[in-house]
Amino acid sequence: MRISGAQMVIEALIAEGVETVFGYPGGAIMNVYDEIYKQDKFKHILTRHEQAAVHAAEGYSKASGKVGVAMITSGPGFTNAVTGLADAYMDSIPLVVISGQVPMSLIGTDAFQEIDAVGISRSCTKHNYLVTNASDLPRVLKEAFHIAASGRPGPVHVDIPKDVTAEIAEFDYSIEVDLETYKPNVKGNPRQIKKAMNAIAKAKRPLFYIGGGVINANAGYEVRELVKRTGIPAVETFMARGVLSYDDELLVGMLGMHGSYASNMAMSETDLVIGLGARFDDRVTGKLSEFAKNAGVIHVDIDPASISKLVNADYPIVGDVKNVVKEMLELSSSINSKKYEPWRETVANFAQLHPLVYHEDTDRIKPQWVVERVGELLGDDANISTDVGQHQMWTAQFYPFSRPRQFISSGGLGTMGFGFPAAMGVKAATPDKISINFTGDGSILMNCQELMTAVEQKLPVINIILNNNYLGMVRQWQTLFYDKRHSETDLSVQPDFVLLAEAFGGIGYRVTTKEEFDAALKDAIEKNIVAFIDVVVERLENVMPMVPSGGSLFNMMLLERKEK
Amino acid sequence: MTENSERRVVSVIVVNEASVLSRITDLFSGRGYNITSLTVAPIPDSKYSRLTIVTSGSVRVIEQITKQLHKLIPVLKVYEHADLVEKEMALIKFPIAENISDITAFCKAYNGNIVNVGENVFIAMIADEPKRVDNFLKMIKKYNPKEIVRSGAVALER
Ligand SMILES: Cc1ncc(C[n+]2csc(CCOP(=O)(O)OP(=O)(O)O)c2C)c(N)n1
Ligand SMILES: [Mg+2]
Repeated sequence: MRISGAQMVIEALIAEGVETVFGYPGGAIMNVYDEIYKQDKFKHILTRHEQAAVHAAEGYSKASGKVGVAMITSGPGFTNAVTGLADAYMDSIPLVVISGQVPMSLIGTDAFQEIDAVGISRSCTKHNYLVTNASDLPRVLKEAFHIAASGRPGPVHVDIPKDVTAEIAEFDYSIEVDLETYKPNVKGNPRQIKKAMNAIAKAKRPLFYIGGGVINANAGYEVRELVKRTGIPAVETFMARGVLSYDDELLVGMLGMHGSYASNMAMSETDLVIGLGARFDDRVTGKLSEFAKNAGVIHVDIDPASISKLVNADYPIVGDVKNVVKEMLELSSSINSKKYEPWRETVANFAQLHPLVYHEDTDRIKPQWVVERVGELLGDDANISTDVGQHQMWTAQFYPFSRPRQFISSGGLGTMGFGFPAAMGVKAATPDKISINFTGDGSILMNCQELMTAVEQKLPVINIILNNNYLGMVRQWQTLFYDKRHSETDLSVQPDFVLLAEAFGGIGYRVTTKEEFDAALKDAIEKNIVAFIDVVVERLENVMPMVPSGGSLFNMMLLERKEK
Repeated sequence: MTENSERRVVSVIVVNEASVLSRITDLFSGRGYNITSLTVAPIPDSKYSRLTIVTSGSVRVIEQITKQLHKLIPVLKVYEHADLVEKEMALIKFPIAENISDITAFCKAYNGNIVNVGENVFIAMIADEPKRVDNFLKMIKKYNPKEIVRSGAVALER
């Protein structure tokens, strides 16, 4: 069939089963928007900022497991979207982001709204394309979806000049993607897997180290089984929250900078790290030379470059973690879970010595209480997004996550402004779940324009602002490491968040007591429109425990009990 | 953590397509790897090009370089050479007054010759291992070379 480049974009999206596209139009992408107008196969959600369009696509992808799609115009539309691309790249989120570009004849002339988009996106995408002929579009779009979703997932950027979207060419989407140079290895080497299982059987103090790759690979079920059958304790990274249910007896907790004492001690004492889809990030390992010092390392990852990048792997296994764990399960009868009983006791003792707690020692609501309370009230019924800062860490620490894809947060890039638009995407993907965004008084102002999108599209995200009148996380570092010089982190001057929400047609609550909080949450759920719940919390609370940057995991700063 | 830094030659086979070279150089600059020299040319009768990159780093860094190069979509193969034949070319411009027969004799010892003679200058060419090129260039300093250009290394596994 002979159609225009713009029509090809539409046909390709339909063929890929795309149901929702997030975007923002402009001159260079108008041909495509004209075709969006004419079709009714997928929904387009107009965000109020391109960054939000990409974050919404990320949230959509993370909650649904599908490829997220965003569409933007050239120049400023594209540059606004770059933060989203970088965010998706760091957290391995499969996206296809399509941008308009000035016509081919104007490229390189500093034309109006021209920017070298593929030059900019090269370092923050898995791959990118500048399409110079409409006849290339079917292949490019098909490759884009394939590359985004396969192997280690990531964002793919497709830049299309305006004349290419107008050009008529042959469209055949039945072509097979055959990339000679890109063939991710999904099946782990059976001999290596066997060796790894033998090492586990021999180990005295093995420890599962579960990363976000398990969620990307939809391997949650298999990993839960493996943990159960082997009886080996497990720690999760920030990105892996929800792989094991919060009430799983073998889940020690989250490890890393704000991980639990027990998790970090377990990692320091283990004799065999079993890494599954985790990448030994510096926020996880602390000081590398002291990390799991006496342990052998099994490392299962789809990305060969992640293996032995930071920590040398004794048993490297390149493959899709779901496939590999399935094979491990088949060999798991060789493992006697009773053998690890003394080790499980050691770990339990760590947890008893310094449990993950906070103290209710002031009149103000403690931010951790809010997270716990929402967990009690909503538990599994909610999907939880966050922004970036202290509130994010408290959410990861205190929410009772019970399934993969329940927790959506910006881990690798740490993007303030991620939470609200991501939570809209989450709501669009999983309308039956309540979509909560735990946010801060700093973060929420970076993308609060999305109130308009949420009202228009009926995406009733409940934004719970843990309001400490500070850029709290930075303030915490200033308190601890800069002799309390709180440089430019005091947010005493604030908008009226209730009025702000209401100005857009949402609903706002200001909450200073626990009773008010319960009532506000209940009301927001009933009203079923986008909400801001502005919770006045203890201002100077610190996220504890903490491994200071570059310190060793076993040297944590622990919670001090404040004297009343 | 300072590990021993080694000189290494890496060959990369890539699909000939727009911006593939910048993908590779961006990777080196973005991840803080060194490029000592880089040569690139199409492989005859194929849709591929071959890049020869001379780099340096610890064993771990070199391993990362190879793996990260592999991750780039248009990269077909990466060879990290252990046993290789390596050659580099250099062109040197001398004032016509210098001793052309001495220089010619030296060039011969380095697989080279005089390739151009003009009114005021003549140009010599050599092609040899990069280390020997270094030596040659040191040696001919006394003949007052006006301009020197080196090609960067190309290499083949033995
Ligand atoms: C876009 C962006 N700018 C700056 C930062 C650095 N940063 C990290 S946390 C933080 C403070 C966030 O404040 P708030 O949203 O109020 O959360 P709190 O820590 O108070 O819970 C800042 C400024 C960042 N992560 N992202
Ligand atoms: Mg704050």
